[in-house]
Amino acid sequence: MPFTPPSVDDVLAALTARVGSLETSVSRGQTRVVVPESLAFDALAWLKEQGFDLLVDVTCVDYLEYKAAKHRYGLVYLLASTATNQRLTIRVFIDDPDPTVKSVMPLWEAANWLEREVWDLFGIRFTGHPDLRRLVMPEEFTAHPLRKDYPLQGRGERHNFPVLTRDHS
Amino acid sequence: MAVVHSGSSNRLELPENVVVGRLDSLANWCRKNSLWPMPFATACCGIELMATGASKHDLARFGAEVFRFSPRQCDLMIVAGRVVMKMLPVLQRIWQQMHEPKWCISMGACASTGGVFDTYAVVQGIDRFIPVDMYVPGCPPRPEQLIQAIIDLQDKIQREGTITGREFDTAGRQLRKRALVEIANPLSIDASRNPMLQRELTAAADAIVGRHT
Repeated sequence: MPFTPPSVDDVLAALTARVGSLETSVSRGQTRVVVPESLAFDALAWLKEQGFDLLVDVTCVDYLEYKAAKHRYGLVYLLASTATNQRLTIRVFIDDPDPTVKSVMPLWEAANWLEREVWDLFGIRFTGHPDLRRLVMPEEFTAHPLRKDYPLQGRGERHNFPVLTRDHS
Repeated sequence: MAVVHSGSSNRLELPENVVVGRLDSLANWCRKNSLWPMPFATACCGIELMATGASKHDLARFGAEVFRFSPRQCDLMIVAGRVVMKMLPVLQRIWQQMHEPKWCISMGACASTGGVFDTYAVVQGIDRFIPVDMYVPGCPPRPEQLIQAIIDLQDKIQREGTITGREFDTAGRQLRKRALVEIANPLSIDASRNPMLQRELTAAADAIVGRHT
């Protein structure tokens, strides 16, 4: 049987009472809340106090080629509560130019590498992050490859190396 | 005891316990039967490499007794798996740290051509940056295919190897060939079937190039 997490309606009701009306949706057992960027850190801090002590993932979606999109980047925070087994998805939408969001490292240490990965692949800056540098791409890499305007085969960085022949050994 | 017949032939009669051969052949035989692999396993092909070294398809039967993980102690680098651009300088460094004579097998589709991963991070074939002797197709290749590749490499070493490693001097060989072409062309002589003429021409070419054979 697929895992269905217990309902988060009570948490959502309390959150809406606290920060104002929020857009929520449910899809296949997964509840998503859209939080504006200015309220994101406070909402996440409050959710952590409510018992969502596990930050499962921080990732991003680039809506550049999506016609119905209103913003370019949709940050995704996946939270889970180890006590009550509830799961919640927080969406934060941000835009070009200079996409910036406050880092949630003060709340969850796990955000260290998760936010480094998002910076590396999407170029979203996390203010307050102590060590924001590339994680999966090499340090000399200059582009943000998972953005939709970066070509799949790259721009020649993968073959920019010296050639060793039998004479060089 | 050698007996030389005068007159009809110059055949030497050798006792039964004497074998005459080339030193290159002896060196090749020794080297091909003791190829110690450097397992550069990055991905799934590495599992098949481990399976080839395990007991069912035993690679040690062919002389690859130990998979030394130090490049200083190996002579065969088996690149098993996709190589990303972050890994390629490491691959080149390991290759340079191996002592000559050394050979390279590119195992699997990803090491040979990039495989299914034609993306910004995967190098489309390590032979763009490393000299490769043998390619093994497959995703992953079965252990029997890898063993066939090692057997073919052994045949290559026996055919083309030299004790001093002259076959690795590719730049010098190319210079000598070009000098040979310059000499032979004006004379319109086909030296390919005349070994004595070939020796003369090679000596003349070496004199031009300025090397001692």
